[in-house]
Amino acid sequence: MSRIGDEHAPLVDLGNERPQVPAQARNMSPIVPRASISGRALVAVVAIMTFLASITTGAVLLVSASASEWQSEVASEITAQVRPAAGRDLERDAAAAAEVMRTQPGIVQVKPFSKEDSAKLLEPWLGSGLSIEQLPVPRFIVARVQPGTTLDLAALRARMTQVAPSASVDDHRAWIERMRSMTGATVFAGIGILVLVIAATIISVSFATRGAMAANRPIVEVLHFVGAGDSYIANRFLRHFLRLGLEGGLIGGGAAMLAFGFSESIAGWFSGTPVGDQFAALLGTFSLPPSGYLALAVQALLIAAITAWASRRTLFATLDDID
Amino acid sequence: MVRFENVGLRYGLGPEILRDLTFLIPAHSFQFLTGPSGAGKTSLLRLLFLSLRPTRGLVNLFGQDVSLLGKDQVANMRQRIGIVLQDFRLLDHMTTYENVALPFRVMGREESSYRREVIDLLRWVGLGERMDALPPILSGGEKQRAAIARAVISRPQLLLADEPTGSVDPTLGRRLLRLFIELNRSGTAVIIATHDITLMDQYEARRLVLHQGRLHIYE
Repeated sequence: MSRIGDEHAPLVDLGNERPQVPAQARNMSPIVPRASISGRALVAVVAIMTFLASITTGAVLLVSASASEWQSEVASEITAQVRPAAGRDLERDAAAAAEVMRTQPGIVQVKPFSKEDSAKLLEPWLGSGLSIEQLPVPRFIVARVQPGTTLDLAALRARMTQVAPSASVDDHRAWIERMRSMTGATVFAGIGILVLVIAATIISVSFATRGAMAANRPIVEVLHFVGAGDSYIANRFLRHFLRLGLEGGLIGGGAAMLAFGFSESIAGWFSGTPVGDQFAALLGTFSLPPSGYLALAVQALLIAAITAWASRRTLFATLDDID
Repeated sequence: MVRFENVGLRYGLGPEILRDLTFLIPAHSFQFLTGPSGAGKTSLLRLLFLSLRPTRGLVNLFGQDVSLLGKDQVANMRQRIGIVLQDFRLLDHMTTYENVALPFRVMGREESSYRREVIDLLRWVGLGERMDALPPILSGGEKQRAAIARAVISRPQLLLADEPTGSVDPTLGRRLLRLFIELNRSGTAVIIATHDITLMDQYEARRLVLHQGRLHIYE
């Protein structure tokens, strides 16, 4: 501001009218009153969006964690199958195959399934008291692989077919691939939902900002009159929207965290039911690790920041129209 | 300080309401802008305040061609201009004191640095007892005085006033004119748009007369 003359000289001389009491500091009203921005609806929208985003992220984290657990468990096992073949002694072939596995470097534990074990495996389908000799049931041998070692599967297969021609070895690769693609699809769907939620948040915030600017147009015009730049005016509005975004993020993110916090108890209510058991099998204990809660908190802050950014963008666009 | 060369203004596709305006407003000068209602006084003030751009011609303000100014430069330039509009444009949620102090606040100054100045000016314009009143409960004359105080508080280099004494009694009108004269003596160029002959007769000054879109100057 360029001022003329002596900055300290009074513009008007009050003479005897000058008050003798010192002027007191005053509480200044905000330039943009908070009540002029219809914030409740926006806080509700941001809270709902943050809640949905947090639930999505939490579910994706749970599925990913469970899937990687299954993968590591399955990847550390191989299974050999010895089928009955004409002219071969199944028991002897199974024992020979188990011996081959024991002597294979990298294998730390071998567990052959006996006749009785195989019958137990089939019990849910065929009932108890089954005489397994009457059926051509293959024998299974499960072996645990030392973590971190690469098993020479081709050599194992070659050695095994020498002693038991009807034997085959499965390293569960197909299962792992399926699990990987299922996890990938879950993460992809989660990201898709997050993108939609963020887009909906941006659109809602833009509408709310436009509404607030329209309601406060006289204030914007007066601020222009007294020489306020667009940044100054935008910042007066922005602090309201940032606060609304933070409030919404806090409520939505907090509710989602509480939901995950109580999820173990909720899962407990359903345990024993078919649905509960399936969920437990799929998602384990249903509880998020501390890093998951941190991710949800960061996400809530991110949504508050997106709210402020969307508002700022709309503010400048609207200010261009008003001037 | 202000230079207009062959300036014309039309709204949309309508007729030209200001035509071939060519004049100078020197620094520290005082002038009345007058003419019949609808002659374009307010439009000319808006051109001077950069809230309108001319349809043709050159407007040079403080040595700069206004057509080349960006938004931030316009905002900076407006801090050097005070304006009093007919509809006052006070902010209803702020007290009279806060409305008058608004230019300082926008400049980022501390409240303690301008408090005394604002209070003195409010007393001078007769609003000493109305400092904490909100504009909706002020009378028309009080609003006008508050708007004038807001325009002059930062001692702008150029003051534009649109009918500044329209809502006050003759005594207060004279007092406000004294304020403008005082401001002019301290270095501000003043342009008062009015058709109040009595007001103009109280002070010997240059007269810019708008008639049918053209400007006639009487030194």
